[in-house]
Amino acid sequence: MTTNPTLTVQDLSVVFPDSNGGLNALENISFDVSPREFICFLGPSGSGKTTLLRVLANLLQPTAGQVHFIRHEQPKIGMVFQQPSLMPWRSVLENIKLPLELEGVDESTARKKAQEMIELMGLRGFEDSWPRDLSGGMAQRVGIARALIHDPDLLLLDEPFASLDALTRERMWMELSRIWQAKQKTVIMVTHSINESLFLADRVLVLTQRPGKIKLDVEVDLPRPRKDDIRYTPHFGKLARKLREAIE
Amino acid sequence: MFKPFQNIFPAILSIVFAVLAWQFTVQVTQLPRFILPAPVDVWSRFLKALSDGSLIYHTGITLAEIVLGLLAGITFATVTGYALAKSRALEKVLSPYLVASQAIPVVAIAPLLVIWLGDGILSKVVICALIVYFPVLVNTVVGVRAVPTALYDLMHSIRATRGQILLKLELPASLPILLGGLRIGATLSVIGAIVGELVDAEQGLGFLLQLGDFQYDTSMVFVAVFMLIALALSMYGVVTLLERKFLKWQNPSR
Repeated sequence: MTTNPTLTVQDLSVVFPDSNGGLNALENISFDVSPREFICFLGPSGSGKTTLLRVLANLLQPTAGQVHFIRHEQPKIGMVFQQPSLMPWRSVLENIKLPLELEGVDESTARKKAQEMIELMGLRGFEDSWPRDLSGGMAQRVGIARALIHDPDLLLLDEPFASLDALTRERMWMELSRIWQAKQKTVIMVTHSINESLFLADRVLVLTQRPGKIKLDVEVDLPRPRKDDIRYTPHFGKLARKLREAIE
Repeated sequence: MFKPFQNIFPAILSIVFAVLAWQFTVQVTQLPRFILPAPVDVWSRFLKALSDGSLIYHTGITLAEIVLGLLAGITFATVTGYALAKSRALEKVLSPYLVASQAIPVVAIAPLLVIWLGDGILSKVVICALIVYFPVLVNTVVGVRAVPTALYDLMHSIRATRGQILLKLELPASLPILLGGLRIGATLSVIGAIVGELVDAEQGLGFLLQLGDFQYDTSMVFVAVFMLIALALSMYGVVTLLERKFLKWQNPSR
């Protein structure tokens, strides 16, 4: 992609203070993200993946370096967490419309948009269910719907499918790539699954063990839309091996 | 239609049984009325007090003290509780006083409050508020601290303001524990009002209780005690209704 980047990260470092001089979570991270690009950060646990997302979501101030968004200084962010993080006292529909409520969108518009997201995420019939009555996959769909409803500039996904079983996870990949194509969002996702990153992303960046540095930046030139059987093609295998070798 | 009846039926049965046992005791022991009046005596005393308006008046006074005391106690407790939950420093400064204040029984300072604030309704409201304060405070602190950090992250990621975090996250998330504190406070508030009235009062159920005592009108004492039970039960019932309304999501789904 040759368009101007929508997001530039320069020399980002995060040090968590501790008793022996601080814990380096991230060190000199620099990368650009193009509009509507789907980027995956791949790395072992303890590589600072979540820390990176927290900085991008403005939940954490970096120790050094900067995050620069081209169009807005403060972009709208939709974030999906490792756990669905739903509010147990709100129904599915009420959880999904929360971001609109905070923006002051009027109730009927908010409900209408939430209903659209419910259709898109295949949650019809569950509008009035309580979160505790949902399966893991359903709950995470609600999380994704909530992250998308306010039309964010940037979608951040923090290992959203890590707690799901293998079959549900693969189904969610298909769903997510369908929605990404429909919504045309810039997405940054972190994961420790090579298959997941290759299946979904345009670009995969591999992070090293703590302190997290970018070790490899791979363009995923697999054709879209990607179907389940793409995993058995030789090219997928070659990319997977390359990523596997980069992760220590 | 059928279910609520099924739920209260055992309770009704046990009350009927208790009244019968009471009547039986009176008949067997032949105790004088001013020691142990029969259920019928208490009932007719109740009707008499009801018809001359005195019962409704005094119950109303006590109820007003309870409700005002509860409201004041809850307001003060939730505001300070929230501040304490948010600031460890404040907690360190204030907690010795709070714990010490709990070591003093309200009964011990009630006379002092009546001297300072007079024998009217105000001193009772304050005693009520004091007795309600601590359990609601503790539950507010626990409730606010129990709000999951993941949900704070969520709210910050969609740039919620402080007010929105309070209204849409902290309040609903801590409500179950908060209402638990209220449940304790509601029953305690009845005790608070009576303690205050027994110290010195010209009105209220505590006054009626003492009057009955002085005049050997034991039936009146019983009537006042039963009214107090009714008040405590209704306060408890109101909290249960609030829980049912606001904590629907906690009830098992059918």
